[in-house]
Amino acid sequence: MSNQNQQAVARYQNNFLKEVEDRVEDGDWVKMCMQCGVCAGSCPLGDAWEHTPQKIFMMIRAGKREEVLKSDAMWMCTSCYNCIVRCPRKLPITHIMHGLANYAHRMNLAPQRQPTRVIAKIFWDNLVKTGRVNELKFSLAMYFKDGFSQGIKNAMAMQSAGLGLMKAKRLNPFEIFGGHKCKDSSGIKKMIAKAREIEDRKKGYTPL
Amino acid sequence: MADNKFAAYICSGCGIGDKLDVGTLEKIAKKEGKIQDVKTHPFLCSAEGVQLINDDIEKEGVTHVCIAACSRRAKTEAFHFPTAVMSRANLREGVLWVIAEGEAHDEVRQEMADDYVRMACAELKKMKLPDGNPNHGGNKRILVVGGGMSGMTSALEAAEAGYEVVIVEKQAQLGGWGAKLWKRVPFKAPYADPQNTGVAELVSLVSSHPRITVYLGSHLAETAGAPGRFNIKIAQESGAVSEEAVGAIVQATGFTSYDIAKLPELGGGKANVTDQAGLEALAQSANGAAIKRADGKEIKSVVFLQCAGQRDETGAHLPYCSGHCCATSIKQAMYFKDNNPDINTVVMYQDLRVPGMGEDFYRSAQNKGVTFTKGRATGVESTGATCTVNFRDLILDEDTSVSADLVVLATGQVPSAGVDLEAWNPVVMAADNGSEDAKQKKAEMQKISILNLNYRQGPDMPQFKYGFADSHFICFPYETRRTGIYAAGPVRRPMDMLQATEDATGAALKAIQAVENASLGRAAHPRSGDLSFPTARLEGCTQCKRCTVECPFGAIDEDERRFPKFNEERCRRCGTCMGACPVRVISFENYSVDTVGAQIKSVDMPDEFSEKPRILILACENDAYPALDMAGLSRTVYSAFVRIIPVRCLGSVNTIWITDALNAGYDGVMMMGCKKGDDYQCHFVKGSELAHYRMSKIGDTLSQLGLEPERVVTHEVAITDNARVAQYINDYVAQINEIGMSPMKGFV
Repeated sequence: MSNQNQQAVARYQNNFLKEVEDRVEDGDWVKMCMQCGVCAGSCPLGDAWEHTPQKIFMMIRAGKREEVLKSDAMWMCTSCYNCIVRCPRKLPITHIMHGLANYAHRMNLAPQRQPTRVIAKIFWDNLVKTGRVNELKFSLAMYFKDGFSQGIKNAMAMQSAGLGLMKAKRLNPFEIFGGHKCKDSSGIKKMIAKAREIEDRKKGYTPL
Repeated sequence: MADNKFAAYICSGCGIGDKLDVGTLEKIAKKEGKIQDVKTHPFLCSAEGVQLINDDIEKEGVTHVCIAACSRRAKTEAFHFPTAVMSRANLREGVLWVIAEGEAHDEVRQEMADDYVRMACAELKKMKLPDGNPNHGGNKRILVVGGGMSGMTSALEAAEAGYEVVIVEKQAQLGGWGAKLWKRVPFKAPYADPQNTGVAELVSLVSSHPRITVYLGSHLAETAGAPGRFNIKIAQESGAVSEEAVGAIVQATGFTSYDIAKLPELGGGKANVTDQAGLEALAQSANGAAIKRADGKEIKSVVFLQCAGQRDETGAHLPYCSGHCCATSIKQAMYFKDNNPDINTVVMYQDLRVPGMGEDFYRSAQNKGVTFTKGRATGVESTGATCTVNFRDLILDEDTSVSADLVVLATGQVPSAGVDLEAWNPVVMAADNGSEDAKQKKAEMQKISILNLNYRQGPDMPQFKYGFADSHFICFPYETRRTGIYAAGPVRRPMDMLQATEDATGAALKAIQAVENASLGRAAHPRSGDLSFPTARLEGCTQCKRCTVECPFGAIDEDERRFPKFNEERCRRCGTCMGACPVRVISFENYSVDTVGAQIKSVDMPDEFSEKPRILILACENDAYPALDMAGLSRTVYSAFVRIIPVRCLGSVNTIWITDALNAGYDGVMMMGCKKGDDYQCHFVKGSELAHYRMSKIGDTLSQLGLEPERVVTHEVAITDNARVAQYINDYVAQINEIGMSPMKGFV
């Protein structure tokens, strides 16, 4: 358990609903759920989730902290917004799901190999380096996320697509060396650091 | 009254003149209908047309008016002649608008119109102008039984409308349940917070009102009479008995809370387990400060268990939902949250039901942090210090538990409706036969009676489902089977305070309507204003008692010679007695066995080989006839072989009409009445049911006549069934064509 997580547990002492209200994006909406189940019925991927939004909200109220934050449910959301449109209580369910995913990640309780979490992490790390997404590095990172030999296999399989992109001048192999950046990389980094600082302060996190 | 003078007026407007041969209609009215004066007008409901009729009534001494134009339900304001008898031939909705267009149908269309004119003339000849019931009282005071929220509201509404009111309350003070509440569920936007009950203000308004007399600590020792002339004896705690005369009664005797001692599995009877009323008492004694338990401990966590002993499928507890308890628990949870948001409040429900604007109130509670858990409690344990609620979480599908300082059981409302007549009548019969046990039991039962009516039907009004006071639940909620006695508030169905005040207002208006009608000798709802009343030709009566037994309203007693004795004020003029009478001695001035019988016989009957069957339809004028009219309005086509006669209620259909019709050569008889059964829509409660029952016995008559059983059919029809009635008619005509024409034609 991460230090961050231990501190949160100590601070909220079994009042997980309060923790979600304070720290999760749009978490203060959770108490307004009336358990009608329309979200669960509307979700195109509902069957694939470990828990439906309805259950997640009920689990939050029942104080099932670990179970909620370790659930793969919020990582399975495709942001189709069906639930938001249909919720008779107007809960921003999609946003709450993303908020929960983000919080589970911060608490380091989210499932480690969850593909959505992996891609999100690769994307974010790639982006914050230069302020621009380096497509070549991003693709390569994705190929090699499951190990070196699998990475080679993936790259070989995509060989012709890569060459085609190169011919069409949609892919520059020299991007591998640093790649193009935005004009003020250090400014971007400062901005992101500041945003994180504000978020930590607002949500009462201890700084990373 | 001078000699009768008959006149017929045929309207050729609305296309009647284009599609029908009005000359023929005139001739029929004159020659066959034997009407002295027949006139045609192109626009009879215009001021000029109406003036023509009025002039004839005033100057020419016309006493009986036949109007051949639109349905009797249309243009009632124009065709309103209180000093003349009137019959209506329905040429527009009944012929023009429902018979198929085109020359091919000209002949049958004209025949149908001809018959309707014949029928209206024949009916008119048998009708008399009703005078109103001469034996009526004129008391316009209103008695309200019960001084709770409903009773006080009824009393105040009636008093403010100018009527004198007497309240009888068995407690030593007014207020009822309302006075025991700390606060009430909000009545107005934004429906966010509990409100002051307003009971104290209402009590002071009622107590100081110049037109309201209040009897506290009192009950009704006897209620005698009928609408407009009730005599009541009020027994006071001191032993004194006062007498009052009133014209109508509102019974607002409310409810008692279901006894939690019957719920040991939910901790009923254990320490720190209470019902909603118990929590109100704790809140009242806290008086706005933090609510404490009976043992003085401050409450930090509370669980509300909804549907405690309600919606029970096992038969052990109340089977119904009391409707108010979800909102009440939400309100009570707010007592805690508004005082201290850190108090943990859990409302455990299976289905949260918050009628009216309760959804906003529910949302407000969620905003305040009240936790709502969908679960079913399986047991409540109490150590004295703390309680544990074991429950099945219905969303997460697991058994779990929650602990609390206090558990509140949301128990249901049990109506205080007095004696159950179904249990009463056998006891009375046994007591009359000399059983000492039964006599004792009767005396016991009498103690819980509320109205102590001296009616032969029993001391209280009949009970509806689950022991609630009688109510015409679907159509006229405050109406009961005891004319002039209205049930209001939770005594007639479970409800909250807001619904009870609306109910009470409605019942007060019904009581006012009843006393006003009674004072003029007119019928009460649903034939409000009807001046006709039933009379019996006693020399023909065989004392069979069918009328006294079958009257849905208990309006008929027996006199000392065991003849029927009508209490006209209690009568609703449905004619069920007339339908019941095997010797046909009961009639109304303008509605009798003869008025309908004459119509049936007046129809021109084509012979067996004409391929034109004739089908008689007796249609209830409350639902079926309007549905048939609406079929006309929507131009739904049906067969021209039917002849429709509206009846006051299917209960008034005397089997002689069926026999007469079949003897006269009709090929089939179809009856259309309201829905019967537990969720009846019959305006007269039992009429439709009785008609169905009587018709089920008509097989013998049919076989005596050598006819197929399909020649008589009965349908249940609602007022919205305009498409369906046409379908019934067309299907039946097809069926009759298959069976073949009646062999009875040509004998009469």
